[in-house]
Amino acid sequence: MAEAHDLKVIGTRPVRPDGVEKVTGRANFGADLYLPGMIHGKVLRSPYAHARIKSVDVSGALAMEGVLAAVSRSDFPEETDDLGQNVIARDKVLYHGHAVAAVAASTPLLAEQALDAIKVDYDVLEPVLSIDQAIADGATLVNEQMHTNGDASQPASNIAAITKFERGDAEKGFAEADVVVEGEFRVPMAHQGYIEPHACTATINEEGKITVWCSTQGHFDVRTQTAAILGTSISKIKVIASEIGGGFGGKLSVYLEPLAVKLSELSNRPVRMVMNREEVFRATGPTSATWCKAKVGAKKDGTITAATAWLSYEAGAFPGAPVGPGCMSVLAPYDLENFSIEGLDVLVNKPKVAAYRAPGAPQAMHAMECVIDDLARELGMDPIDLRLKNAADEGTQAPYGPKFPAIGLKACLEAAKAHPNYTAPVPEGCGRGVACGFWFNIGMQSSAEVLIREDGTVIINEGSPDIGGSRASMCLMAAETLGIPYDRINAHVADTESTGYCNMTGGSRTTFATGMAVVQACEDIIAQCKERAAMTWDIDADQVDWDDGQAVPKPGVNADVDPLSLADIAKTWGRTGGPILGRASVNAQGAGAGFSVNWTDLAVDRETGKVDVKAYTAIQDAGRAIHPAYVEGQMQGGAAQGLGWALNEEYIYDDNGVMENAGFLDYRVPVASDLPMIDTQIVEVPNPTHPYGVRGVGETPITAPLAATSNAVRDALGFRVSELPMSPPRLLEAIDSQEG
Amino acid sequence: MSKLHVTTSVNGQPEEVLCEPHQSLLDVLRDELGLTGTKEGCSTGDCGACSVTLDGRLVCSCLVLAAEAEGKEVGTIEGVANPDGLHVLQQKFLEHAALQCGICTPGFIVAAKVLLERDPNPDETTIRYWLAGNLCRCTGYDKIIRAVQDAATELAHEA
Repeated sequence: MAEAHDLKVIGTRPVRPDGVEKVTGRANFGADLYLPGMIHGKVLRSPYAHARIKSVDVSGALAMEGVLAAVSRSDFPEETDDLGQNVIARDKVLYHGHAVAAVAASTPLLAEQALDAIKVDYDVLEPVLSIDQAIADGATLVNEQMHTNGDASQPASNIAAITKFERGDAEKGFAEADVVVEGEFRVPMAHQGYIEPHACTATINEEGKITVWCSTQGHFDVRTQTAAILGTSISKIKVIASEIGGGFGGKLSVYLEPLAVKLSELSNRPVRMVMNREEVFRATGPTSATWCKAKVGAKKDGTITAATAWLSYEAGAFPGAPVGPGCMSVLAPYDLENFSIEGLDVLVNKPKVAAYRAPGAPQAMHAMECVIDDLARELGMDPIDLRLKNAADEGTQAPYGPKFPAIGLKACLEAAKAHPNYTAPVPEGCGRGVACGFWFNIGMQSSAEVLIREDGTVIINEGSPDIGGSRASMCLMAAETLGIPYDRINAHVADTESTGYCNMTGGSRTTFATGMAVVQACEDIIAQCKERAAMTWDIDADQVDWDDGQAVPKPGVNADVDPLSLADIAKTWGRTGGPILGRASVNAQGAGAGFSVNWTDLAVDRETGKVDVKAYTAIQDAGRAIHPAYVEGQMQGGAAQGLGWALNEEYIYDDNGVMENAGFLDYRVPVASDLPMIDTQIVEVPNPTHPYGVRGVGETPITAPLAATSNAVRDALGFRVSELPMSPPRLLEAIDSQEG
Repeated sequence: MSKLHVTTSVNGQPEEVLCEPHQSLLDVLRDELGLTGTKEGCSTGDCGACSVTLDGRLVCSCLVLAAEAEGKEVGTIEGVANPDGLHVLQQKFLEHAALQCGICTPGFIVAAKVLLERDPNPDETTIRYWLAGNLCRCTGYDKIIRAVQDAATELAHEA
């Protein structure tokens, strides 16, 4: 692997290739496509959280002038999976906002009005609205066919799955402990809160060829999912990813695309569908509300002897809460001999949860990092010293099995201890809270093609939608590998028919895995250029070096020739075998776990319960930061999302399962005046499996802030508030009850 | 219902549009005039992605009826750069990596431009409160604030 001091381009902060388009309003996002003859689709959504659908009649809508198509469950194959049932309800509606029918009309307003003409006959059922309700004896069943872990010998249950990780003997470990602390915590449902609502446009031609434009984190996945829900072949579908206005995991699954295709088929028009913000809240996205218990025992010197976690996650209406990753993450920062972790995936009548940035980790780590903080208090230890004493390191077996290769947790903790924001005293009237963060990161499949223009400039074709500057990272890695300036390279996110298969932009995998493919495709270019130069010089290819962007004869090779740049080689490629293109594909392994340490200083107004965040510092191991400004941006953005979740954000439901705050006014995400500058420090412990040492950086940043904020509030108030968000009314209630 | 004939000016160019009485300025900019740089994030005036100016005043175009633009000057993101190149704010947003996904960026730039026209030397708190009507979910605002501060400094040097 290249050492940091050898790098010329990686680690610099150039302007991103798509930047000008995005600061001038030229960039085309999901709702920005206008096609001739295009009409507008809208979705009819369930007014009930739980009901059996007796009938759906769209004829009234179809009778309206200007309404060109209407669809309901009968227009889609009966055999479908959970995602298909989420896109259009089958026998039951399972949450308030569940799609029941859709229409397409000449204007959005007309489509909206036509929804009123659709008749749906419901048999309303009792909704299941919390884990407590769902796991109680005799609970109403969200899905009558659901058996825990698929075990049909047991009665049907709302618990879809139970996951367990164990090592050693936790009870024995607690018996050996001098101090044992435990706590019980609740974290609310939260939405990713991307600013761009879901949007797509679909068209189908007379031979059944479908084209979909949409805002997505994975257009290849849109192709797979849409084909499955429509019962057609992926070979019939081309998906073009628009620019994407935020996703955070919430744009990995389709909601609108299959409906738009069907409406296009029935109307013979291109159909555009755009959600409004209320639909985004009611029918997409959220991550699990959780109820977690954590317990830790330690010796007087801080050595942790045992830990247990019980993690219970709401999945929404279909199985698939991110409790598995929660179990993987909850104790990942620690080197432990004895632990047991149990996770429950629980159905409730709420929207099907979607991935949200390090899905499942923030909630679980909130519980454990709060208990670790309480342990530090009990022991009278600095919270960083306690973590250093027990920190996972290279060779530590992760709770989920594998041994960690080189990781940066200790480096982050040591950097935190030495950081001026940590050595400075806690400001008067403030509390300080520390927490560790973790995400395992993933690799998966990516392809890249590197094309050379006739003038020697370079185009990268790849399939990872650019959600936060990844084109810049690709260009930097290509520039470093090829030895040419950054500004001679452009990166293009190609559609599903213009580049090789690529998994989604998610799991913090893009710079790691797609980057690996880009580097290998550039190495392919270099190998070919050496051959072309050898041919030109009439020597063997193994007598040619690639040095600083040029082919040169190896030292000692007797050839009196000038070096050949990419432009030189391109100029004569007609005589050496034709145009040059490089390609590579990977199923990348060894993503390299990402660790972080965060702390915040904040004040609590005891009169109003309002928290004022005075300072926030995030330290994270990036392996190697390709474009440090975008790495810092991930750290800052994750901190802000975590602060929002800790302090304000939550889904508020009424007794019927209707979300009462489905808008940005009442679901209040942090605004600029809520936050301070967010200080960052990037630690670089290179990931040995990536050619430049990259670890994913996107998700780890949201895993520490919940606990860091909770611990700071604990420090400020002198008692712990175990339920998030710590919004003014909740804190005020807690303060009042403490002061009795 | 018959359409309304609205005569207005967008980024200094006269425009005439026929619009429905209920259509917002945002819808008319995007759907009738093809100016899709102004984004729709909420349609309730809470996110600021649709920020434009109306006679120099910062507004959420989703909360303005298109008919209200009659006889007024509308300024959108498409009018911020000039033929000589990017506006300083646009350049600083790029240099500071003050955007990740970029959907909120047009609204931020339109809003920040109005701020700097009114207050060429705002402090951090002023910038944070002025931009509190624009949501960004990606950046945590840090780099946006720094970009605006840097743009203010550069504009002061140019003046």
